[in-house]
Amino acid sequence: MTTHAQQFSSDADRTTRDLEQRAQIQSALRSYEVARDAHKSAFQDWEAARQTAAEIKWDAVNHLDQYLSEFAEKLQARGTQVHWASNAQQARDIILNIIRANNARSIIKSKVMTGEEIHINEALEKAGFEVVESDLGEFIVQLRREAPYHFVFPAMHLKRGEISELFSRELGTAPTDDPEELTMIARRVLREKYITADVGISGANFAIAETGMISITENEGNARLTCALPRVHIALLGIEKVLPKLRDLALFLPMLATAGAGQALTCYNSLYGGPRQPGESDGPEEFHVVLLDNNRTHLLADKEQRDALHCIRCGACLNVCPIYRNVGGHTYGTTYQGPIGSVITPHLRGLQDWKHLSNASSLCGACTQACPVKIDLHHHLLQNRRNAFTENPAWREKLTFKLFRLVMNQPRVYLFCVKLSRLIQPLHRFVDGTRLDPALGWTKTRKLPKIAPQTFKEFWQNRK
Amino acid sequence: MSEREKILSRIREALTLSAAVPGHPQDHLLQVVSEEEAAQHIHEWLPAVGETLEDGLALFAKNSYELKTDFRLVDSEEDLLAQLAEMASGWKKIAIHRGELTDAVCGKLGLPVCITDEGYDASYLESCDVGITQCDCLVAQTGSVLVTARSAGGRALSVLPPHHIVLARRDQLLPDLPSAFALLEERYATNYPSFISLITGPSRTGDIERILVLGAHGPKQLTVLCI
Repeated sequence: MTTHAQQFSSDADRTTRDLEQRAQIQSALRSYEVARDAHKSAFQDWEAARQTAAEIKWDAVNHLDQYLSEFAEKLQARGTQVHWASNAQQARDIILNIIRANNARSIIKSKVMTGEEIHINEALEKAGFEVVESDLGEFIVQLRREAPYHFVFPAMHLKRGEISELFSRELGTAPTDDPEELTMIARRVLREKYITADVGISGANFAIAETGMISITENEGNARLTCALPRVHIALLGIEKVLPKLRDLALFLPMLATAGAGQALTCYNSLYGGPRQPGESDGPEEFHVVLLDNNRTHLLADKEQRDALHCIRCGACLNVCPIYRNVGGHTYGTTYQGPIGSVITPHLRGLQDWKHLSNASSLCGACTQACPVKIDLHHHLLQNRRNAFTENPAWREKLTFKLFRLVMNQPRVYLFCVKLSRLIQPLHRFVDGTRLDPALGWTKTRKLPKIAPQTFKEFWQNRK
Repeated sequence: MSEREKILSRIREALTLSAAVPGHPQDHLLQVVSEEEAAQHIHEWLPAVGETLEDGLALFAKNSYELKTDFRLVDSEEDLLAQLAEMASGWKKIAIHRGELTDAVCGKLGLPVCITDEGYDASYLESCDVGITQCDCLVAQTGSVLVTARSAGGRALSVLPPHHIVLARRDQLLPDLPSAFALLEERYATNYPSFISLITGPSRTGDIERILVLGAHGPKQLTVLCI
């Protein structure tokens, strides 16, 4: 069986050779960067806004028990049923039970990453229900039976031709090269679904403790329809989504849009505080909120990395990451890709299985700089490396560092080694790139640098 | 022990160790920006807005242009009706909710009207050419329209028909997002509507090669008529 690390390494090998795909991702992200910078500079003081956003999230996460209880009580007071799930299995069971209790057949979903995390679609389909993703990008990847490529832009790796072909094959529509026509095909198909679906499943971007509301950010209107028409609305969200006050959104909504999509504000930012209330003309009869832990409390217990729970899933760190841009989203094999995924996946799914993601980093810090809530991402990657080693020291690394220490601590030994390697290096060309090459990890894609003919010390002593 | 208690006790256990505030020296645990300070200063951080109503209207118009919202200032109720009548040439049926402005003009268009307050059939509402609503306020800073289940005829009226028209008064224009949230608090704090939405432009997507397409699932057109 291949391990996750081997899978990552072989997928990364393949995707980095795919120059066409890389060019598409780069060009998509360049247009994002231009838009993001324009909106960022419209802020009078982005850095102050960022600092405040970080502190508000710090307050929320470091008093999570109080805010979560407040959130749940406020929701329940207005007729919402709040469910608590410690793990993925419990969350799936809760959702299935709600659906069965309502004799529902068809389910419409708006984008919910927590749903990807617990594999809700597979569970619902296995139980015999029809589930349709309504976000255009998610709809496309669902038809392709693959995972989202990016947790904000799920289908950014596909060209219009591939989407047209997919629609022709799966939906029987005429081929077209026009993104507008392709969008209208999805619109027609999905309109029917909103009206006939019994249950709508959504996620949430924020959970407002003060008023007991969930906030959903989107551009398409699919989440609004999902939460308006079906008889039952189920919202699935991680426990870390909490914000203390309603007015905190005045800061978080424009920051999320700017950092995440390069917009001043996304098209729809909607709050839902219950099922249809007396005197209202529509809305679901039942509103269920499912709060998911799934090892988030494990991350909470790590005080060094607790700020990773401040994440508002804007995706800014993916967009600027040189690793993400070159290996692509699917290579990660995780629900959350990019730097934030590399930091939190070891907590959510096991450090030893996912520690390799923390090594796939240039530690350039672009992610930390891009993060609107100031998560110290690149240092967390280092901490993951350290923690993985402390927990399970590998003999090869141990031996390497022992030798390294021995050599570096003794100038004579060091000098001897330098002279020796100067003598040995000419022999390297006989094994260069073959399986006998001790430096194969390096020479597979690069040339080994030549050792200088003299050391700096020699140069200094011999200078005229 | 219920799952709720288990999760809450895991959280409390985890929080016995305190974590540093981001952006401050490691052991510094005090919040530097207090809540009151943040509420006061947020105006100075977000994108700038002008002082006067004229500045606000100009900014709303500029944002509307960029968002592809059709924003029109009208002078009187007659003018409002005239603008609607002009747009109505291709319409067969319209959907509205009861309200001061909608009542004043929509009946005079001489078209079949679906009124959502009285309950409606989703397929019928979907087949209407336009949904006409009022709103809670307009936000100059972002070119947004704030609607709630109470001010705009429920959840679906402003998103299901292919064209959404908002009827607003000039005095409903607010400068920025913090004042829009303050208005919500002031108006509804004791009993919030179950649905609140900030609508910023017509529905859109960039999911195919990041190319902008309007009318992904919601309205393809958004018109704001401000009297």
